[in-house]
Amino acid sequence: MSDVIKKATRESYGEALTALAEKYPNLVVLDADLAAATKTGIFKKAYPDRHYDCGIAEANMMGVAAGLAAAGMIPFASSFAMFAAGRAFEIVRNSIGYPHLNVKIGATHAGISVGEDGATHQCCEDIALMRTIPGMTVINPADDTEARAAVEAAILHDGPVYCRFGRLAVPVINDPATYKFELGKGVTLREGTDAAVIATGLMVNEALNAAETLAGEGISVRVINIHTIKPLDEEIVLKAAKDCGTIVTAEEHSIIGGLGSAVAECVCAGCPVPVRRVGVNDTFGHSGPAVELLKQFGLSAEHIAEVVREAVKAK
Amino acid sequence: MDEMLVRQLQIHACHIRMGIIDGVYHAKSGHPGGSLSIADLLTYLYFTRMHVYPDNPDFAERDRFVLSKGHTAPALYAALAEKGFFPMDEMKTLRHIGARLQGHPCITIPGVDMSSGSLGQGISAACGMALAGKHRGDNYRVYTVLGDGEIEEGQVWEAAMFAAHYGLDNLTAIVDNNGLQIDGKITEVCSPEPIPAKFEAFGWRVFEADAHDFNDLDRVFREAERVTGQPVAIIQHSVKGKGVSFMENQVGWHGTAPNAEQYEKAMDELKNALSRLEAQA
Repeated sequence: MSDVIKKATRESYGEALTALAEKYPNLVVLDADLAAATKTGIFKKAYPDRHYDCGIAEANMMGVAAGLAAAGMIPFASSFAMFAAGRAFEIVRNSIGYPHLNVKIGATHAGISVGEDGATHQCCEDIALMRTIPGMTVINPADDTEARAAVEAAILHDGPVYCRFGRLAVPVINDPATYKFELGKGVTLREGTDAAVIATGLMVNEALNAAETLAGEGISVRVINIHTIKPLDEEIVLKAAKDCGTIVTAEEHSIIGGLGSAVAECVCAGCPVPVRRVGVNDTFGHSGPAVELLKQFGLSAEHIAEVVREAVKAK
Repeated sequence: MDEMLVRQLQIHACHIRMGIIDGVYHAKSGHPGGSLSIADLLTYLYFTRMHVYPDNPDFAERDRFVLSKGHTAPALYAALAEKGFFPMDEMKTLRHIGARLQGHPCITIPGVDMSSGSLGQGISAACGMALAGKHRGDNYRVYTVLGDGEIEEGQVWEAAMFAAHYGLDNLTAIVDNNGLQIDGKITEVCSPEPIPAKFEAFGWRVFEADAHDFNDLDRVFREAERVTGQPVAIIQHSVKGKGVSFMENQVGWHGTAPNAEQYEKAMDELKNALSRLEAQA
């Protein structure tokens, strides 16, 4: 497995926009002086007259996106997750969410894997924020294949969509030749009966690695990829609760309000079983290389495996 | 402007003012002061300038209107009703549970182009609509109305920068300069003045107008339409509460509904004004 292909989903975002531009003539791209980093610069180079830089003014950018959508365009408003979901939250809520406008938000640099820039730019709250907006679809793809498919799924969905992408190059785990993206549908990547790990984003690969390790110890782990956090695939979550009796969630996000919370809310109502949440544990990040940070904050296969062992033991 | 047309506009404006008072009174809440100060402007826009179609509110080539100072929704609703988008009688349902006339503009209401009311946001949406028009080569125009207190919001200036940068000459922003905001005089709360100089500095072409003189509005809007390559700001000098004597220039009427006695008095004043206008028409 040494020749694993790695790619950052922000690159998939920029490339997918460019690849889909001809097919969807109403698609336009907005950025807030981060086109080089969000990778919408790739689109800008190919379609300069369909890329509008709004400058360092995310609040206005979200409002402009709303107006474009109200006039029939399909805008992708791009920035770092911190500014797209955080700084511009109230504009996304009132100018995009409330009128249910067809705006797509491309939020890159999500999570702690932003790395060296440190806590001010490491957004671990965006899923929680976006999930509370009525009618908002929230997608957090796991790899390049899924990210590309998510961009087209967002275009085809009529309504606001928040797409979350990362800065760090992550392994491509889905085969582009056979992969099919279904909005709102979780994917069972590995069958298992002792515990279910429900993961999203770059933690999906970690979950698969954890399951492999645990198989060697005789623990059978189901791995589910939740790329669409809202609307949540409740059916797949409840089935996992029923079949496995214990759940571990894994996300590169605060354990408050994200996938772990969404799964716990669902399980609580439908099939109460213990839910343990692996994520950023109610703390700010700090500077450092992304890979080391992920390890340090417990966002790793090793930590997932540890939590699963504990979960199985407690059954 | 033709005198008969001015008279006709004054009659429309009077109907709109009655709709505002009726709505706010029956809602027992709402914002009459800033609604009354833009009644003449909305009359002028909806009855002389804007191409909108009550029978086909979503017509793609229509002119757009965004009420950035969304708390003055009663004025917008009454103007839309006067134009024929829905019956004026519906004003009595304003802010009621189950009614479609929400406390602030909502995009699902016929004729309302954008949900608004969280201040500073409407102008950005108006920029987006204008940009879409430019992008596709459409000929529609976009109008947005801001409060003079509202422009204290930073987002307004992000939008101002954007509109000038992209040369949105199909966008007209009107600042309703009535001089009052909830906490008092704009100059005493946290002054946004000098307003014209600020928009000029951001690259806009700026005009000033008397908000309650249709001839002056007509002069300015006609001139504004000839501007190319940059967005236009019209600072309209208005009287908060205009048309109801005891509400004029009183900050207390920013967000207070009249009681039964005050309602009768306000409606009597407006009915008398209407009778005088109809006699002249």
